[in-house]
Amino acid sequence: MHPVIKLVVQRLALGLLLMLAVSALIFFGVEALPGDAAQAMLGQSATPEALANLREKMGLNEPMLWRYGHWLFGFMTGDMGVALTNGESIAKAVGGRLGNTLFLAFWAALISVPLAITLGLVAARYNGRWPDRLISGITLATISLPEFVAGYLVLYILAVKLHWFPAMSMVFPGMGVFERLSAIILPVIVLVMVVLAHMMRMTRAAILNVMQSAYIETAELKGLSPLTVIWRHAFPNAIAPVVNVVMLNLAYLVVGVVVVEVVFVYPGMGQYLVDHVTKRDLPVVQACGMIFAAVYIGLNIFADVVSILANPRLRHPK
Amino acid sequence: MSNELNHLLARASKGLMSRRDFVGRAGALGVSAAMASTLLATAARAEEPVKGGLLRAGMQGGESTNTLDPALAASPVPFMVSMTYGDTLVDVSPTNEISYRLAEEISSSADAKEWKFKIRQGVEFHNGKTMTAEDVVATLKRHTDEKSQSGALGIVKGITDMKAEGDMVTLTLDGPNADLPFLMADYHLIIQPGGGVENPAEGVSTGAYKVTSFEPGVRIAFEKNANDWDSTRGHADQVEIIVINDNTARTAALQSGQINMMNRVDPKIVGLLKGAPGFEVKSAAGRGHYVFIMHCDAAPFDNKDLRMALKLAINRDEMVQKILGGFGAVGNDFPINSAYPLFDESIPQRPFDPIAAAEAYKKSGHDGSPIVLQVAEGAFPGAVEAAQLFQQSANAAGIPLEIKREPDDGYWTNVWNVSPFCASYWGGRPVQDQMYSTAYVSTAEWNDTRFKNARFDELLLAARGELDQVKRKAQYSEMANLVRDDGGVILPMFNNFVEIVADNVGGWITDANQELMNGKALQKCWLKA
Repeated sequence: MHPVIKLVVQRLALGLLLMLAVSALIFFGVEALPGDAAQAMLGQSATPEALANLREKMGLNEPMLWRYGHWLFGFMTGDMGVALTNGESIAKAVGGRLGNTLFLAFWAALISVPLAITLGLVAARYNGRWPDRLISGITLATISLPEFVAGYLVLYILAVKLHWFPAMSMVFPGMGVFERLSAIILPVIVLVMVVLAHMMRMTRAAILNVMQSAYIETAELKGLSPLTVIWRHAFPNAIAPVVNVVMLNLAYLVVGVVVVEVVFVYPGMGQYLVDHVTKRDLPVVQACGMIFAAVYIGLNIFADVVSILANPRLRHPK
Repeated sequence: MSNELNHLLARASKGLMSRRDFVGRAGALGVSAAMASTLLATAARAEEPVKGGLLRAGMQGGESTNTLDPALAASPVPFMVSMTYGDTLVDVSPTNEISYRLAEEISSSADAKEWKFKIRQGVEFHNGKTMTAEDVVATLKRHTDEKSQSGALGIVKGITDMKAEGDMVTLTLDGPNADLPFLMADYHLIIQPGGGVENPAEGVSTGAYKVTSFEPGVRIAFEKNANDWDSTRGHADQVEIIVINDNTARTAALQSGQINMMNRVDPKIVGLLKGAPGFEVKSAAGRGHYVFIMHCDAAPFDNKDLRMALKLAINRDEMVQKILGGFGAVGNDFPINSAYPLFDESIPQRPFDPIAAAEAYKKSGHDGSPIVLQVAEGAFPGAVEAAQLFQQSANAAGIPLEIKREPDDGYWTNVWNVSPFCASYWGGRPVQDQMYSTAYVSTAEWNDTRFKNARFDELLLAARGELDQVKRKAQYSEMANLVRDDGGVILPMFNNFVEIVADNVGGWITDANQELMNGKALQKCWLKA
């Protein structure tokens, strides 16, 4: 087998194994908590008979391993059960919320990733001169602002004072794509501000690192323009670390934006998870935990695979 | 403008007085005929509801765990949702009178044990079915069933028998209760087809608006009920409740015009909003109050002198100014204020008196070990700051009060009603009996001060069945004094409902029963043209 395919398959298998471990951790961790779902559901009105009835109905009397298998199988086939608090189907609710989260993350990524890499290239090209300082200064300033401060600032200036964009980013089913896009402008701006610096700095550092190599000197001596040297010769060899950082930031855009969701009233996964944690709605917490873990692991596998493919020594073995 | 003229104007614009009469009477007050006509035209325009449009309320207090089942409504958004699509048998009016809704007439037996409700005829549910007395009985029955986990269980569990005959519903109680009509105004008890037994979260009742989209914790959308039985409401074509739990985001949404009204304005920012164009801050003095509660049966709070020392050591005026930003009134260590019927105004206000507090503390013989007050941000808005103010004033009186901060998460399960001294709040109830029955009678599950007083319990039962209002008022006065002097509740302040309404909203009235015009703002207000 081609060593690249072998590596990729290995990496995928490892990811699946990791998912399995995470699922066990989530399931048994929740099981280890005092009380069970039936008690959580009945709360103050838990009489012994009611508890027994409900346990029977929810299948809580089955052996733990059996229940774990059942839950995992259900999860993989898209059946996540119902929320304890309002009896709604988790898969349906999560589906909508996850869609919203991915929509926001997609647009934030679409703007921030090319922008960060371009700025990184420019900063590397003018290393130590004013464009580099300006780019680094601005992006470091925006990353240093906590998200909620950035959110409130943007909200105050662009929505309340200038009335350019809506203050609320509420989206709902039945909304047109353009309406949705105009609704999410402010959170996208804030998210871009938050993730830009990390990726830009990494691009710049990785390229500067490569720039010390002998082959870059050769390229320069051939008389290529500095940007061509960076784009054609330096950047391809700096992809691996950049991709890793980009993936980390993408994962953050999916699983870590609860503060931005709250500030802009955006119905994404974060707020959904927090609400259910507060109410001890364990099936929902388990489902969200699994989804977040899958996103993290999936994106990291993707980063690894890209790094492998970007490495010529692995692509063309002797 | 004089009060008299305002009164005339209001009457004339509502059509209770002819135009000619108005001009004549206004002339008697020294207003020229031309001026009177202009005044009347303006007033009439202001009073005339405008139909159509989309009216939006931005609200704190909704979660993605909410359901449409009215029995489970426990926070502001589910409450508002129920009041927008549903109707109860009666309402409590802004002036504390019963106003008839799905019931047209109420009568009781002389001992206030048997109550008859005449049910309005020709009312249609949103699903097209006709509302009957059977539906009313089925609804009440569902709330008495423990399985429904209804928030109104405590209200309806005293009903031993329910009967529907024709258009009459007869309720028999296990004991006399002169306040029963007030209890039927509870927001959980909206009438559902078949009592909502089969599908409690269907979102169908007889209200001004039908639910068209329910996204818990995000947005709830409604459209006008074309077959509404009450033509004086339901002016906008569509209404929406948008859940915006973050204070700043909610205010920004209002300032940028995306919502027309919002609840729960942070008193701290009201000063900053004054003078900003396009909206108005509304404040309604209600029955809600913030409390520090001591367990009367746990050391050291089982000592009456120590309880009194703490009650004297709290600076109520300062708290109203600093915690409520002036939007509230000082409390007097019992949970009743002038917003309740039969309130006794003559009970003297407890002052802030560090010297008397120090004396009471000395008399209690307390050993001087720290007295720990448990508090969380979520206990009530500004709870931690209020506890710090209390700590300072108590320490000044020589009382070693200490604050222990708790996380919001789990506060209502692990601290409130468990710990012997903590911060909390109450939303108030429509009548005194209900407030006392919920939290002060010996047997109440939510007796969060462990106040157990035989005389108090006896008076509560006596007052409940007492139809003579003078005697009843005296009984409530004595109960108030018992709680005030002997109870475990330190009640520094009653908080107002502070809300913001955009200038393009018409029909807003002050109703302090609950927030946002007792939940009726969306069905009673309109968008000005």
